[in-house]
Amino acid sequence: MAYLELEGIAKQFGAQTVVDDFSLAVGKGEFISFLGPSGCGKTTTLQMIAGFLDPTRGAIRLEGKDLTAIHPAKRGLGIVFQSYALFPHMTAAENVAFGLEMRKVARSERAERVRAALAMVGLAGYEDRHPRRMSGGQQQRVALARALVIKPSVLLLDEPLSNLDAKLREEMQIELRQIQRTIDTTTILVTHDQNEAMSLSDRIVVMSQGRIEQIGTPQETYEKPASAFVSQFLGKTNDFAATIDRTSAPARLIAGSWSAPAPAGLSGPVTVSIRPERIGFGDTGLGAKIITRIFQGNHWLFQCDSECGPATVIRQNDGERQPVEGEAVRLVWRPEDMGVRGGASA
Amino acid sequence: MSVAAEERNARAPWALSAPALMLFVGVLLIPLAMTVMLSFHDWGQYKGIEPVFILKNWHEIVTDPYYAEMFWRTFRIAILTTLLTAVLGAPEAYILNRMSGRWKSVFLLVILGPLLISVVARTLGWALLFGGNNGLVNKLLMSAGLIRAPIPFMFTETGMVVALAHVMMPFMVLSVWAALQRLDPQIENAALSLGAGPVTIIRRIIMPQIMPGVLSGAIIVFSLSASAFATPAIIGGRRLKVAATLAYDEFLNTLNWPLGAAVATLLLAALVLIVVGSNALIERRYAEVFR
Repeated sequence: MAYLELEGIAKQFGAQTVVDDFSLAVGKGEFISFLGPSGCGKTTTLQMIAGFLDPTRGAIRLEGKDLTAIHPAKRGLGIVFQSYALFPHMTAAENVAFGLEMRKVARSERAERVRAALAMVGLAGYEDRHPRRMSGGQQQRVALARALVIKPSVLLLDEPLSNLDAKLREEMQIELRQIQRTIDTTTILVTHDQNEAMSLSDRIVVMSQGRIEQIGTPQETYEKPASAFVSQFLGKTNDFAATIDRTSAPARLIAGSWSAPAPAGLSGPVTVSIRPERIGFGDTGLGAKIITRIFQGNHWLFQCDSECGPATVIRQNDGERQPVEGEAVRLVWRPEDMGVRGGASA
Repeated sequence: MSVAAEERNARAPWALSAPALMLFVGVLLIPLAMTVMLSFHDWGQYKGIEPVFILKNWHEIVTDPYYAEMFWRTFRIAILTTLLTAVLGAPEAYILNRMSGRWKSVFLLVILGPLLISVVARTLGWALLFGGNNGLVNKLLMSAGLIRAPIPFMFTETGMVVALAHVMMPFMVLSVWAALQRLDPQIENAALSLGAGPVTIIRRIIMPQIMPGVLSGAIIVFSLSASAFATPAIIGGRRLKVAATLAYDEFLNTLNWPLGAAVATLLLAALVLIVVGSNALIERRYAEVFR
């Protein structure tokens, strides 16, 4: 049985539906990300789990018990807020101790657990600092310690890393994953950053306009996007208009000068999408001209003007000669690397 | 940069702020200095003001218990008014802050409305409501069964505190409201998720963070109440004088300007001491919240 279960959750504000028909089963110890652009309903869903908002429809169950019937103060969930929401008038240790105090944990045990929680997030020795005297990264760690010290059944993270600079964010991602693995807490992360979602999660829930677009492992959502939205949102992708020609035998899928055996069961105009790193330069294939060539250290980024419109190509910097700007090239890819959408069934 | 240019640059701030400084010196510092000097002059029924340096007025204020009572009453009224505005104003601001959009602006206008009306008009309104034993307030309280006999409001300190508290309320509400605006909007949810109930959230999380706002509001209300003139003059009348009405009477009725100047100077000095002192205390105490 699933540990945390969301079944047909919907939230309406007046006439506006913010979340609709959201169903998800989370296993114990799993790390799930809600990924989507702002306004897609991911934070609203998180707030319904936390109990700050009541769902208009649907059920939320934790270990089979109805969670919506429990007051938010009694749900025992740990939450890290985007703004951290630390108590500025309390020291780091007092902040972390607050949840234990509310649970009437004995003073001596409290002190021990606070010390351990701060040590776990790498803040040993910062017990008596006030939040406003700490850096953003340190405040973030205090917020994490405060959420974890109460041994929450589920840890909810609301864009916790979005206020940190890029380097610190990467460090925190690794650390967050390590901490989550060590204590094996079921975790739900809300984020709009696809890299963050991919590097942290066991499974990603891609959301758009209040609905789930796809649920899958990071690899699945990246390699086998269920919709155009998912492929656009998770990393860069090239969409080419193509046609499936069934007049000749065997049938062919044709995009400009590139062609391949047609997939079974489709005909007519289709869209093929290929990740930039799966496209190579060859002797035959889609005709294109390099518009710009950008060196990015470990790889080259090419913007091309192809027969089927603009195309992005990424090539490893493996020491091979790379085409220069203005050069005419042929773009090739393996048929199994592309996704095909649309088309009539044949 | 040349030495001359550097000199010019150093003078620029002074030149630019000169008009404001001159106004400040002209209409505030000079009259203030003249008032202080006036308090050391002599005065007689028939000789008028004599520009000599004597300590007669100060000696009279310090030794005559009449003045001690007056100043004690002034500060007692100011403290009670401050307490009343804090007790009513802080929850008022909290409720206001939790209201949604349209209602918030309506009630903000209701709270600020009194500031648009002259203090004299507002206090006269209170005088009408108090109006002796048959005043509206007393009738209401008696019919509600809260009191048996009418409370004397007119010409009493109770009436003054009530009317002053109404006049001063906007300053307290605005000050607390400003502090509430600085709260993290998720801070209550954070406390809630950690298991705190509504009372605990207000007592342990909200109160400590808005305390600086309450205290700065208290400083404003206290200093304005202690130096208030119109309200004590109308509600207190001739019988119940405070420092401001006493200074006024000395100036305009007795025509003993030097004594009035001494009362005014003492009031000013006491207020400055109290305000500066409490401000320093608050800033030290709440250093972490202010940062």
